[in-house]
Amino acid sequence: MNARAPVHQGRLKSPFYPRLEQLDFVNEWHEWKGYSSADSLYCEEMEYFAIRNSTAVFDLTPMTKYLIKGPDALDYLNRLVTRDMAKIRPGRVAYAVWCDDQGHVIDDGTIFHLREGEYRLCSQERHFAHLLASAIGFDVTITHETEDVAALAVQGPTSFSVLDSMGLDGLDQLKPFGLMHFDFQGVELMVSRTGFTADLGYELWIDPRKAIELWDALFDAGKLHGIRAIGTHALEQARIEAGFLAAYMEFLPADETIRTGRSRSPLELGLDWLVDFKKPNFNGRRALAEEKRSGSTWRLVKLDIEGNKPAHNSYIYSNAKAKGGEIGFITSATWSPVCKQNIALGTVRVPHGQPDSNVWVEIYYQREMHWNRMMAKATVVDKPFWWPARRGATPPGPY
Amino acid sequence: MTDKYDAIVVGAGHNGMVCSALLAKAGKKVLVLEANDQVGGAAVTREFADGYSVSACAHLLYQLQPEVRKELKLSPQMASEDMTTIALAEDGNHLRIHGDNVEGATESDAEQYRRFRKRMTRFSDLLRKYFNKTPPRLGSKAFTDLLTLGQLGLDVRMLGKEEMQEFLRLIGMNIHDEVTERFEHPLLRGAISLDAVLGTHLGPRSPNTIMTYLYRQAGDHGRTATPSGGMGSISEELGHVARGAGATIRTGMPVKRIIIENGRATGVETESGERFNSFTVISNADPKRTMMQLVGAKHIETGFTKRIHHLRAKGNAAKLHLALDGLPTIAGFSRKDYAERIVIASDEHYVERAFNPAKYGESSPLPVLEITFPSFRDTSLAPTGKHVMSAVVQYAPYERKGGWNEAAKTEFMQAIMQTLANYMPDIEQRVTASELLTPADIESEFHISGGHWHHGELTLDQFLFVRPVNGAAQYRMPIDGVYLCGAGAHPGGGISGAAGRNAARAILNREKAA
Repeated sequence: MNARAPVHQGRLKSPFYPRLEQLDFVNEWHEWKGYSSADSLYCEEMEYFAIRNSTAVFDLTPMTKYLIKGPDALDYLNRLVTRDMAKIRPGRVAYAVWCDDQGHVIDDGTIFHLREGEYRLCSQERHFAHLLASAIGFDVTITHETEDVAALAVQGPTSFSVLDSMGLDGLDQLKPFGLMHFDFQGVELMVSRTGFTADLGYELWIDPRKAIELWDALFDAGKLHGIRAIGTHALEQARIEAGFLAAYMEFLPADETIRTGRSRSPLELGLDWLVDFKKPNFNGRRALAEEKRSGSTWRLVKLDIEGNKPAHNSYIYSNAKAKGGEIGFITSATWSPVCKQNIALGTVRVPHGQPDSNVWVEIYYQREMHWNRMMAKATVVDKPFWWPARRGATPPGPY
Repeated sequence: MTDKYDAIVVGAGHNGMVCSALLAKAGKKVLVLEANDQVGGAAVTREFADGYSVSACAHLLYQLQPEVRKELKLSPQMASEDMTTIALAEDGNHLRIHGDNVEGATESDAEQYRRFRKRMTRFSDLLRKYFNKTPPRLGSKAFTDLLTLGQLGLDVRMLGKEEMQEFLRLIGMNIHDEVTERFEHPLLRGAISLDAVLGTHLGPRSPNTIMTYLYRQAGDHGRTATPSGGMGSISEELGHVARGAGATIRTGMPVKRIIIENGRATGVETESGERFNSFTVISNADPKRTMMQLVGAKHIETGFTKRIHHLRAKGNAAKLHLALDGLPTIAGFSRKDYAERIVIASDEHYVERAFNPAKYGESSPLPVLEITFPSFRDTSLAPTGKHVMSAVVQYAPYERKGGWNEAAKTEFMQAIMQTLANYMPDIEQRVTASELLTPADIESEFHISGGHWHHGELTLDQFLFVRPVNGAAQYRMPIDGVYLCGAGAHPGGGISGAAGRNAARAILNREKAA
């Protein structure tokens, strides 16, 4: 047989696509690392409220996944990321950030310690070249497994109840940033208590061949708990409420950045807590120690802005008259329905942006073709806009 | 806990000893640990057959820096000095090159050669000035960096408008284009091409071979010499000077690793498990061995590891030693000619053709050779009436297809002997013993990754500000307390002592600034 299977061209479809397609009423999709990913399936607002009031299911399959194992896996990860991975025991998950030699962020992501010495690294962007370059001199194998693992985010106050009624025994004991393995129809189902919403929520990881079965079991169990599939727009709103960062929004991956000064260090992104200077070496350590000594250029701010007009792409000023020029700009903005606040994330030059201080954002909005401009007063807040107690409660309450 | 040293030097190569001698003279307590049983690294004299000794790796001295001689009060005894280069012709009509003069070519070639030399000397003098300085850091705002950078710019500009343009035009060019434009005599074109590519993985048509030619000239205007007692005598003298200044040199002590604790060097551990403490560890080993093996990737950052990993350092020069029961017959040779430097490179194409197979991992069937009979002037090297031949043979790629096994060496040896026989018909009968060191042998015997003379190819992307790699051209590695002082650092290989001296000065200056 000389016939070859045709090379797949065009967008990939997630193994959950057949089910998403059935639920899709608006046909709004975009490309995410080669996959079709829904902006929205029927109504952004309804999808958003599923996250905050019941259970939202988001197809995470396009999320980049690498399997890292081998005798040097821990040493390798400890050199790669800024935090101390020795503290992350098997069955735990770490949010982490990794930098280039100049201490600028390449990306952030989560590292799952699946089993002793076996890790999965997940991120929005692809990093195979950097991960392989980082492996020079280490006894590790790195496998790109994005297509080999189907994943769903199951987020919202009733998410525990859904999974519990699906029969995942013992899930009530799973703490935030923990993971457990279950048997699901003869294959391994990994469940982690992680998410991008700052709400009670889980992520489910399984062999793509069991994807449809998992989806069906999940939606069956969720029928009475308000389960809904959602797209990225609703998730984005929740992400900003949580104060989480997104690549190409709050920072540019350092290895994709050409202009000097356009990338950001973890210290400039409010991730000081992730940088463990007690570790003798990690990528960017020298540069970050120097930055800590001599001071950063930028600071990430969370802003509570007056009024109700989202401050998309706005410049930030230190005063209402815009005297002295702009001090930064907004990177993500939204109206938060659950907080009833006009919120945004932004980047400002140090020393501006101290917590509780005020800045002004210049908001442009259109009314019947004509543009209006307003200077809105904003307060720098320290905490995430949305961080409910149920997010961390173990065991979670049955909502 | 053993004694604490101000500095530990890993490897007693000539640069390591220059560095340790200068540090010891400045009052530092210095320990030098050498893996082999004799000091000198690739600058050693070894007996390769009963009664026959030879400079086992480097065999000609042409770069020892006057600054090094002066500061360490070296006065090496020379067996031959300012040698003539004789480019062999099969028919005995050889070409003799001495200084700016060429004998055996047309008057027009001789005149062209004088002009060529004048320009090359001007450029190589400029280069030599920067041999003995720490290269500036690019992008740095520090005064010394800006000063050196400014000086370099000014020096290039001071060549004058035309000469500056010529310099900038030539520095990236290949030697082939220059010799074919200028010269008629094939032997002259061949000999200059050979000078440009010796010790490199480059052919005459490879880019920047004018730069490598200049590099060779920069030491001592291309004048070559052989020390009495072989290259080992230089090393012994350096060892003597270093010890005299107070440094401790211990041989037969291979270093297993540089100990890194809390992100900085704290000492070294030897293969035998002994530990020596110092906050300054200076490696005379090549950059790859130093960073990837002695330090370890775990302690360095990804970007830097990647650059070191990709450093091009694959040797292509083999070393041949023959024990001879008498001098071979060479047509057209007078007796004193055997004291000179003899090259086999019939023209520039011959050299390029020799290089061709090396690109594909094969050794040259018709190799180029740089030959000396050091025993001619230095009877200590061979029994009375007998002689040794020492030759650099190219090309013998480090990464030979199928590896450098015995069969491969035999095959290459045959190619060499056949080539030699074209000029020395009785060579085969004269040989009583032989030794051939391929880059693989040089790697294992002298502990040089890739068996490369320069510890890293001498090309513009691995030169000056970016030697061995970007971010490490100031002898200081991006990990506290680790320094390089060998050929992999600026300016590069050859028995010059410049890297060792510059490293010592950088370390002492840093201390002063702290």
